[in-house]
Amino acid sequence: MDHFARLGLPAALDLEPASLDRVYFARQREWHPDRFVGRPPEERAKASTEAAALNDAYRTLKDPLSRAIYFAELNGVALPGDGKTIDDSELLMEAMEAREALHEAATATAVDALAAQARRDMQEALAGLGGLFLANDKPAIRKALLRLRYLDKFAEEARARRTNLERVKA
Amino acid sequence: MSLLEIHEPGETPLPHAGESALAVGIDLGTTNSVVAMARDGVPAALHDEAGKALVPSVVAYPASGGVLVGDQARLLMAAEPRNVVASIKRLMGRGAADFHAVAGVLPYEIEPGSGQTDMVKLRIGGKARSPVEISAEILKALRARAEAALEKPVERAVITVPAYFDDAARTATRDAARVAGLEVLRLVNEPTAAALAYGLDKGSEGLYAVYDLGGGTFDFSLLRLEKGVFQVLATGGDTALGGDDFDRLIAERMLSERRRDGIADAVDESAVKAALALARHMKEQLSDRDKTSGRLELSGAPSFHALTRPEFEAMILSFVARTLDIARHVLADADVAAGDVKGVVLVGGSTRLPLVRAQVAELTGKPALTDIDPDEVVALGAALQAEALTGGGSDTLLLDVTPLSLGLETMGGIVEKIVPRNTPIPVQLAQEFTTYQDGQSAMAVHVVQGEREMVADCRSLARFELLGIPPMVAGAARIRVTFAVDADGLLTVSAEERTTGVVQRIEVKPSYGLSHDDMADMLYDSLENAEADMTRRLLTESRVEAKRSLLALEAALAKDGALLTAEERGEIDAARRRLEGSIGGEDRDEIAAAAEALENISKPFAERRMDRGIRAALSGLSVTELESRVGE
Repeated sequence: MDHFARLGLPAALDLEPASLDRVYFARQREWHPDRFVGRPPEERAKASTEAAALNDAYRTLKDPLSRAIYFAELNGVALPGDGKTIDDSELLMEAMEAREALHEAATATAVDALAAQARRDMQEALAGLGGLFLANDKPAIRKALLRLRYLDKFAEEARARRTNLERVKA
Repeated sequence: MSLLEIHEPGETPLPHAGESALAVGIDLGTTNSVVAMARDGVPAALHDEAGKALVPSVVAYPASGGVLVGDQARLLMAAEPRNVVASIKRLMGRGAADFHAVAGVLPYEIEPGSGQTDMVKLRIGGKARSPVEISAEILKALRARAEAALEKPVERAVITVPAYFDDAARTATRDAARVAGLEVLRLVNEPTAAALAYGLDKGSEGLYAVYDLGGGTFDFSLLRLEKGVFQVLATGGDTALGGDDFDRLIAERMLSERRRDGIADAVDESAVKAALALARHMKEQLSDRDKTSGRLELSGAPSFHALTRPEFEAMILSFVARTLDIARHVLADADVAAGDVKGVVLVGGSTRLPLVRAQVAELTGKPALTDIDPDEVVALGAALQAEALTGGGSDTLLLDVTPLSLGLETMGGIVEKIVPRNTPIPVQLAQEFTTYQDGQSAMAVHVVQGEREMVADCRSLARFELLGIPPMVAGAARIRVTFAVDADGLLTVSAEERTTGVVQRIEVKPSYGLSHDDMADMLYDSLENAEADMTRRLLTESRVEAKRSLLALEAALAKDGALLTAEERGEIDAARRRLEGSIGGEDRDEIAAAAEALENISKPFAERRMDRGIRAALSGLSVTELESRVGE
């Protein structure tokens, strides 16, 4: 059963966070191990498995990027594993330049500006995904998701860099 | 009576629920413990005859025989210090590996335990006793108090643990309950229990934070309350920061004032204890007044010390600032703005300080929630959960998270995180790994806990080896490693080779675990070193990737080297040597450049191999299949 089906949701790229929460809570109410205290071991084991699967589905679908990657997989677009060489020279160039800029950013404000830019780029790329899926343009979907994954990692690096700058200051 | 009764899950009355055996909530604290009981959604702490709810977490084994717990045990401290144990919670789940960290710090004779997997033991009252046994005495006393107050047998309990308790400490807590004759319905994290006490009381909805500043530890958790669901979004803390630090600052100030006034003190243990006791008293006074003073008499020499609230607040400001720093990180982890938090629940005696209250209120722009006694709030929440789990009371559901990331060691000592911190539990997550070398028949599985990128900086939880992998070329085996964390936060890891079905399963139940300080240090380090870690990780990844392509090329050359002219072979060998050389260096860009150069130079070779050997195999495939293969 795929994650959408497990939560009784239509498989779609766009998902209203509130409705995801609603169905997730309702199903956890049914399956959480706390609901099975004092029940036979086999029922408890099933509940535990079911609750874990619900948590996995929820976690995957809650974040827009992980949801997009999962949705792409369902539609036959597989990404190379994390940390593998990126085979997109354009993206490599972008990544290298951004890393250099982050390395040179000496103030929290400068780092924030880079992180904000990355977030804007992410929003834009996420917004553009729908059209690519409609056109079923698999190479373009793959390219866009690889870039999104890189942007996400970059935002994380920027956060680490910022923490470091603050610590040095303090 | 009907023959068959069908109940909705969660609504089933338990076989012995109701009259015969009651379920209580227990806050098993470092300094004090509390037992509470809820009826119809209304919790109350259970008091002794004198009306006191707090039971000091102190156990005495008097020379005259028997066991004493609580106030009576504390009274014996002066007369028989070697027969009295306090703060045993700090040793729960700690073993031989932690022995050196605790030996000498606590005033007991500590034995490291017989093996690597044994918990430390204390030599108390002439006998070696484990922290589990000693904690069980506190639980027995709480159980007896509950049975006396309720006049019924008590056999089941919800027990709270710090959000940061690791596997070993959680297991030890469960074991202690078993020794005390209590069935643990659930281990609940302390901040979650505190929120529970407030949430039900007020029927609140929205985002709430729990700020828990105890004697020695700090915890900050962010929860969402919605229609009876308590969802923990993120949690963080520092386990070496608390009210004890404030006492120490005041005591140090008094001792230095004595030195300034020319009083020569031998600063021994009893002098420090006396100064700390007075400091604590002065600190508590400053919660209600603007100034206080005290008289300290050491070896017959008295001195007088005045302290104003502004002076005291200036002394502790940096500590309070650190708690807010951690709080902001937790909010960022959950991607929540401080202004969106509807209220902050205060837990722990140190939250009585006006400065703490003011700073917390400033963080969120809303007054802190303080109507429930911060010393009792955790036990009250546990009692509510105990009632909910035994079919009575509210329809509350607790959705908790993992406090620290869990992962595996991979090539080059890198941690591959399988279960990131703040993942909702229970959870079962799997990842596939593959072999690195042709014919590799075994794979070491090393389970670690922590936020850092390199294994050496994380805590090792368990190691095992998956044997009997059939000989295959590198990268062909599919080894699936599964991490399962149950609702109590306990971990099980299993590994399986998927092409043959060789399975090995291991329960990760280390009997020694992270010390609180370790945990704090690890989290703190991860914040501080995240950037350096990332660089190191990326460098190591490049090296591993480069070695992998070198191995693959070597295998290809051995097999199809004849496809190359001597000149081509020479070029490839030169590019190989450059890449091999760069792996030894520290420059990730050079490794990337050398890897790319090698790939370019060996491209014609790869194409020729493909042409010769694989064209036939692909001839039957459709265009889309071909595209997706090439894309892989």
